[in-house]
Amino acid sequence: MEHTVTSKARRSRTPGLFPRGRPGAWPIVSGLVALVLALPVLVIFAHVFLPAGDVWVHLRQTLLGEYVRNSLLLLFGVGVGVLVIGIPVAWLVSVCEFPGRRIFQWALMLPLAMPAYIIAYTYTGMLDFTGPVQALIRDITGLGYGQYWFPEIRSLTGAMLMLTLVLYPYVYLLTRAAFLEQSVCVLEVSRTLGSGPYSGFLRVALPLARPAVIAGLTLALMEVLADYGTVAYFGIATFTTGIFRTWYGLADPGAAAQLAAVLLSFVFILILLERWSRMRARFHHTSSRYSTLPRYQLRGWKAAAAVAACLIPVLLGFLVPAAQLTIWALRTTEQWLNPDFAGLVLNTFYLAALAAVIAVILALVLAYARRMEGGLITGLAVRVAGMGYAVPGTVIAIGVMLPFAWFDNTLDGFMRMHFGISTGLLLSGTLAALLFAYAVRFLAVSLQTVEAGLGKIKPSMDDAARSLGMRPLATLTRVHLPIMRGTLLTALLLVFVDVLKELPATLILRPFDFNTLAVRAFELAGDERLAESSSAALAIVLVGLLPVILISLTIERSRPGQTQRARARKRRTDDAPLALPAGAQAS
Amino acid sequence: MTEHPHQSARHAAEVVLDDVDVGYSGQRVVHAISLTLASGQIGCFLGPSGCGKTTLLRAIAGFEGVMRGEIRLNDHTVSRPGFLLAPEKRNVGMVFQDFALFPHLDVTGNIAFGIRGWKRAEREHRVRELLRLIGLSGYERAYPHALSGGQQQRIALARALAPRPQLLLLDEPFSSMDVELRTDLAHEVRGILRAEGTTGMLVTHDQNEAFAFADRIAVLNAGRLCQWDTAYNLYHKPADRFVAGFVGEGTIVSGRVCAEDCVETALGRIHGLLPGHFTEGSGVDVLVRPDDIELDNASGDIPAEVVSKAFRGADFLYTLRLRDGTELLCVAPSHDNYVVSDHVRLRLGFSHLVVFPRGKGGSEAS
Amino acid sequence: MFPHASGIFTMAALAAALAFPATVTAEGAGEGEVNLYSARQENLIKPLLDDFTRDTGIQVNLLTGKADELLQRLRLEGRNSPADVLITVDAGNLHQAKEAGVLAAIESQVLNENIPESFRDPEGQWYGLSMRARPILYNKAEVDPSELSTYEALTEAQWKGRICIRSSSNIYNQSMVASIIASEGAEAAQDWANGIVSNMARPPQGGDRDQIRAAAAGVCDIAIANTYYLGAMLAGDDTAQREAAEQMGVFFPNQEDRGTHVNISGAGVTAHAPNRDNGIRLVEYLTGEDAQRWYAEVNQEYPVRPDVPASEILSGFGDFKADDLNLSLLGVHNAEAVRIMDRAGWR
Repeated sequence: MEHTVTSKARRSRTPGLFPRGRPGAWPIVSGLVALVLALPVLVIFAHVFLPAGDVWVHLRQTLLGEYVRNSLLLLFGVGVGVLVIGIPVAWLVSVCEFPGRRIFQWALMLPLAMPAYIIAYTYTGMLDFTGPVQALIRDITGLGYGQYWFPEIRSLTGAMLMLTLVLYPYVYLLTRAAFLEQSVCVLEVSRTLGSGPYSGFLRVALPLARPAVIAGLTLALMEVLADYGTVAYFGIATFTTGIFRTWYGLADPGAAAQLAAVLLSFVFILILLERWSRMRARFHHTSSRYSTLPRYQLRGWKAAAAVAACLIPVLLGFLVPAAQLTIWALRTTEQWLNPDFAGLVLNTFYLAALAAVIAVILALVLAYARRMEGGLITGLAVRVAGMGYAVPGTVIAIGVMLPFAWFDNTLDGFMRMHFGISTGLLLSGTLAALLFAYAVRFLAVSLQTVEAGLGKIKPSMDDAARSLGMRPLATLTRVHLPIMRGTLLTALLLVFVDVLKELPATLILRPFDFNTLAVRAFELAGDERLAESSSAALAIVLVGLLPVILISLTIERSRPGQTQRARARKRRTDDAPLALPAGAQAS
Repeated sequence: MTEHPHQSARHAAEVVLDDVDVGYSGQRVVHAISLTLASGQIGCFLGPSGCGKTTLLRAIAGFEGVMRGEIRLNDHTVSRPGFLLAPEKRNVGMVFQDFALFPHLDVTGNIAFGIRGWKRAEREHRVRELLRLIGLSGYERAYPHALSGGQQQRIALARALAPRPQLLLLDEPFSSMDVELRTDLAHEVRGILRAEGTTGMLVTHDQNEAFAFADRIAVLNAGRLCQWDTAYNLYHKPADRFVAGFVGEGTIVSGRVCAEDCVETALGRIHGLLPGHFTEGSGVDVLVRPDDIELDNASGDIPAEVVSKAFRGADFLYTLRLRDGTELLCVAPSHDNYVVSDHVRLRLGFSHLVVFPRGKGGSEAS
Repeated sequence: MFPHASGIFTMAALAAALAFPATVTAEGAGEGEVNLYSARQENLIKPLLDDFTRDTGIQVNLLTGKADELLQRLRLEGRNSPADVLITVDAGNLHQAKEAGVLAAIESQVLNENIPESFRDPEGQWYGLSMRARPILYNKAEVDPSELSTYEALTEAQWKGRICIRSSSNIYNQSMVASIIASEGAEAAQDWANGIVSNMARPPQGGDRDQIRAAAAGVCDIAIANTYYLGAMLAGDDTAQREAAEQMGVFFPNQEDRGTHVNISGAGVTAHAPNRDNGIRLVEYLTGEDAQRWYAEVNQEYPVRPDVPASEILSGFGDFKADDLNLSLLGVHNAEAVRIMDRAGWR
């Protein structure tokens, strides 16, 4: 009999340095992966110990209060905004029936494809004092500046609105998935207990979906903290702009890193909050019986209200800015009617797809190792690496460049000294470094999604597969992955779209002559040529559209009991009498 | 039912637990368990929830390591401190409380999951064979969520049996079934295990299920093995007060040893062989099973009053109160219908005595 | 997307296989190549680079980015950096690059002939490529140019609520304040920043073009912006922008004293350039007549070469006396400038 060693079963929840017995390969591999991914964030943290001079005194006297206040207000505003939009529309399209519901269920995800800085540029172009809307008002009324009230788009409120419009899909996406996964029994029980659609939503569905809501909210808020483009363009001083200003303007990396550390402590609180809510999720989804959720048919004014509730976010978050971009793009055909542009689109698509696959694989390795082992080091490293999502891309990029350049130059020095050959830069300035940065930056997205999906698979599934002769890897590929298909696609989509939009890390880490749509859009928009940048921005949106639609359909199909084949079988077997097996009675 | 003697001879494992401790995070859950389940037999861990029976089962499956002692399957050590043969290497099947059917696979996919290394024809044959055995032929392409609980349960069983495991473990597999179905299913599964010639080990908290299923039963309490014995012995010769109380119904009546074969109680003198040595005059507790007492108004000599009764179909279970307030359980045929507060007379019908030294309190048996 | 689980691992292998060949481009140190780190955006330099390749046969590998970040990357890559040439659009950045020791002094007859002394580093570590001024732009309908005199005069009470200027995060403003520190001292610079903040028509927002458009639309009367933005708006085909720009007049302040604040874009050859000679050739090319004319006509910048005329649009703004401050000082005083603006509450 072949003897191998496995380590402690997943059942024990208390993490140990090394779980009882000798550790198998999984914790070592996952621990290393997690540590490497945590490296950039740790490097930034290490800067905290650089002497910061008197910059802190200066900051405290001048802008620190504003950084804190604006960042917190922005978090609060966007937090409320994404919940107020995301949850109700998720409920409407999952549980109610009204005209256009089938379109809305994917259309509501469209703003995900819209980079925040692009939507900010676009709305500013339209609603600014010098833009067409206000110009029209002035033409009609004959009033001048200051003689009429018009909301100032480039304000804190404006930034909240812009970020809300593009970030609510996180809450929508995850909450909707949670609604769809809810066992019909629970909802039916609530109906038998006298809950109508509204109290059923408030008292049963929403509490059950809470972990998903919080996961979506956390992602959105982390994006808010990392956002630079929007707040910089609107001239709002936040932690992010403060980090840049301190690092480059005041030439003080130490103080900048300390600011970043404060930012990370915000994130840490967010993550704890999310963990805490996930803990309680274990008690959810006790029933494994699902069937098609009967939708509440909305009519009359209720249907109209539902349509309006779904239409407004899509309109403001996607259709209006996309239309404006299209108008601009049509005016600047030379931008996209050239062979370069197709290459640019392909380049971007390829990069985003690659990064998405890598991020999801890494997330799988880490999440699965945690499911099996719960090792302390892995767990901690995963948390640290996950913070990368809230760190502005440039900061992460520096965290990536530092260790990579150190490694390259050390190796080069060693080789020169001992062998007289130069190895040059092996990692720095390569696509690999860029992909690594994406993995760090977007690990939180893939990991949260994958962990949530994995958490829904009962541990007895693992045990069943193991007892049927599957090794852990085979269990992962033959049981977990197929069950998690929808989850994995969601994770792929989220990272894909995020990479598509990613700018700062791409800008600084990319190899020579390597451009993406985001870089092109930014360079032109940053030079205040909104019209010229619109083709690239529009292309980002269009490239992002395809997977958004695809994924949405898959998620709906991935709901337990929703496959076509299964539906057909169901009719046949449901009413079959429970016959006692003939063979068994003979004994 | 076709027998597979060659298979049972080759496959069925002898299970040995040798002084085993199991626990999580340094906390011992079960202590010093030693027992041997002979090849081809069917055993059972019986005990209240939290007694460690599932932990023990998982240790045998290889999902938990042991902190002391060792577990042997057919003389191969599979668990000892610092060593744990991976579950997938043990050739041990397991049926889970929640069945854990793979929702993405149909019935065939589920059953064939553990035998994908087999030749296609053999695999198909095996699936067909098992489906016939569990009486679900024709459900090959159904998906788990479209099946009833009982059907899912049988698919889970077939899936666990497909690779011809040397040992099949069942973790409360009937707990989600209707009460009436449980015993039937237990019988049925027992038949299937017999047909497959596999050693089996069941975990349950339901004694009827245990009695219906197992050749030998281990009664566990608070992580310790109280008794490893046949159902008959558990009932009639319980090793301790806990087993006496947990297995079967009965009442503990305090008494005093009056002779080598006699105990003086509120029921009068009970004669019978005393297990072990008791000094004359020492205080003891006597287990009185409902069937140790006969309700006989004609020739009974012990007066009692009916406190409550429960109709059980063929018979009534009466709770009776003696003059001194001692309460007893008694089974009587349902054609003798007394009502509450009726005065009746009893006769003793002990065939043997179950006596424990006087404990702290005369704990009421369930 | 993938039919079964092994698909994801196949994709991973594919990912690895595809990611690494790309490293080849970054090596880029072979014959007939030059590697350029450019803070000037791709579309504002690529045509020139294409011309360079056509004329010399030297392939240019381009990496664009923000100056600070390119400098950071250059520093970290150290002696193995593939970069041969660094181009920035602000003298402060050039100074910082020099301070960081990532540039090499070069001796070039051509460069010394092409570029006036005030537009190049005394030690030859960097050379100016184009120049821009940051004058006062005024709405012709609201402001009589005779009311204008110096930058300092903008802090007077009569301009309260009439000035548009962008955020202090922008390097152009930082350099502008740095220039005041350099010539008038930190205290004067602080007074100036305080005065400007109290006269702002609105909190700073948007870019230079936004300031111009706001002034044209009546949000304010004065905009401070770089000349090439106004030039590009006038030369561009966006009617609304052109009309806005046409409403604005250009006033070059401080003609009686230090002159109008100017800044340069410039280039330097890196300290560890693997293709040093090609790098020098590229910088020389960028100061050549054709390249300088291209800057003038396409980018609406002032050529650094005295023998190349400014574009018609820029010439229309009139001649002016430029601040002949040593541009390195812009970099020296940059951090101080940021602090001054922080204290003034200049967002």
